[in-house]
Amino acid sequence: MANPVKRWFQSFFLLEMLRGMRLTGRYFFARKFTVQYPEETTPQSPRFRGLHALRRYENGEERCIACKLCEAVCPALAITIESEERSDGTRRTSRYDIDLSKCIFCGLCEESCPVDSIVESRVLSYHAETRSELLYDKIRLLGNGDRLEGELARDRQADSSYR
Amino acid sequence: MHDLVNAAWWPPVWALIKIIIVLIPLLLGVAYLTLAERKVIGYIQIRLGPNRVGFRGMLQPIADALKLLFKEVLIPSTANRFLFLAAPVLAFVPAMLVWAAVPFGPGVAISNMNAGLLYVLAIAGLGVYGIIIAGWASNSKYAFLGAMRAAAQLVAYEIAMGFALVGVLMLAQTLNLSKIVEAQAGGGFWSWYWLPLFPFFLVYFISGVAETNRAPFDVAEGESEIVAGFHVEYSGMGFALFFLAEYANMIFVSILTTVLFLGGWYPPFNVAPFTWVPGLVWLLLKTAFLLYVFLWIRATFPRYRYDQIMRLGWKVFIPITIAWIVVVGIALETPLRAILR
Repeated sequence: MANPVKRWFQSFFLLEMLRGMRLTGRYFFARKFTVQYPEETTPQSPRFRGLHALRRYENGEERCIACKLCEAVCPALAITIESEERSDGTRRTSRYDIDLSKCIFCGLCEESCPVDSIVESRVLSYHAETRSELLYDKIRLLGNGDRLEGELARDRQADSSYR
Repeated sequence: MHDLVNAAWWPPVWALIKIIIVLIPLLLGVAYLTLAERKVIGYIQIRLGPNRVGFRGMLQPIADALKLLFKEVLIPSTANRFLFLAAPVLAFVPAMLVWAAVPFGPGVAISNMNAGLLYVLAIAGLGVYGIIIAGWASNSKYAFLGAMRAAAQLVAYEIAMGFALVGVLMLAQTLNLSKIVEAQAGGGFWSWYWLPLFPFFLVYFISGVAETNRAPFDVAEGESEIVAGFHVEYSGMGFALFFLAEYANMIFVSILTTVLFLGGWYPPFNVAPFTWVPGLVWLLLKTAFLLYVFLWIRATFPRYRYDQIMRLGWKVFIPITIAWIVVVGIALETPLRAILR
């Protein structure tokens, strides 16, 4: 557009404007990208990192062995673990808290876990009306795991060849 | 029936009936124009626009109106109370008044006055007083700046608009809007005034966009610079009246462009399938198309810088219109006169 005559011609006869309107006119008929949320959702990967859960083995034994790797790796310091020796001599957690108001959903806890115990599920639409409801303790996390076990197992299976 | 028409009380009652027949569809049109705007802009931005209230969002304007009705009317403590409350009315009333002269068919108008074009130009110019008074009475710097911008913009574009209408008068030789349309009768879309007066058609429509303070000329409310301009301090129905006035003016500018340049109620081709459609439908179709262009322009262009608006008004539009008046004047003194008139 260095040529001033051409430039004047283009703007005086509204050619630039018409070109702009042709573009927006085409978009008027384009396919719309709106996802109508409650009815439609965007596709989720099996690696989706949502609400946390603690899993169990098939025989009902909790997987967590209180190695505290997740607690150590957590960059937001959202995980608090206390452990003790159970009557059968194994090491188990007596306390496993995740503060979801601190969690940044980076997935490092899941990655660090040697027994696939702490995982992040696909659940993304949970809410809390008070701060304390966002403090998940061991019972609630195990509850999440029990409730979502089928989906969690399927997602780990789908992703297994990459791990 | 004869006694009824002759009765002294009949003319005012008949005028009132005509006003109601025009204004109720107009206000409904305004309501649904807001929905159409959100839908069209949404579609152009590859979104869906409002579609939750009622079937495909058809009840959205009603929900909006209810919301505005139930909101509190706030009056700033430093505002001039009387003018602050009068300003929305002053913006709204001229926007309704101009419809008195708009012809919907041959001679069909609330008032088929002979000075129709002059009346329309005069009343449309009054609307800006509402904006200026709103900006002044709010006693807020943003509102005041918005009002100043609106005033300067109106002065610049009213002149170009007036000159554009001179061209129409030269060809039609009448100020009566209904007769202006009838002067465009003939073959079809090629006998309408948009063709010989093409520069006026563009200047008039673009000035109309500027007059109604619509994007890309909406510096009077430019939210990125002066929050919301002249109506920052308004809430509830005060704001709603400005809103109604703006959209009624959009419809008015579109219908007047149709009447003056696009052959009003005449079909684009004077042959069988087109002439079956009633004239009012053609008028409304052309108006709807121009309204779509309004929204299309808003969805396409960024806001003009203030000095650019002034440059366009004074240094481009006014010279173009004056030059084309001369061209039309000369053409009318040549054998071309027979084709043009």
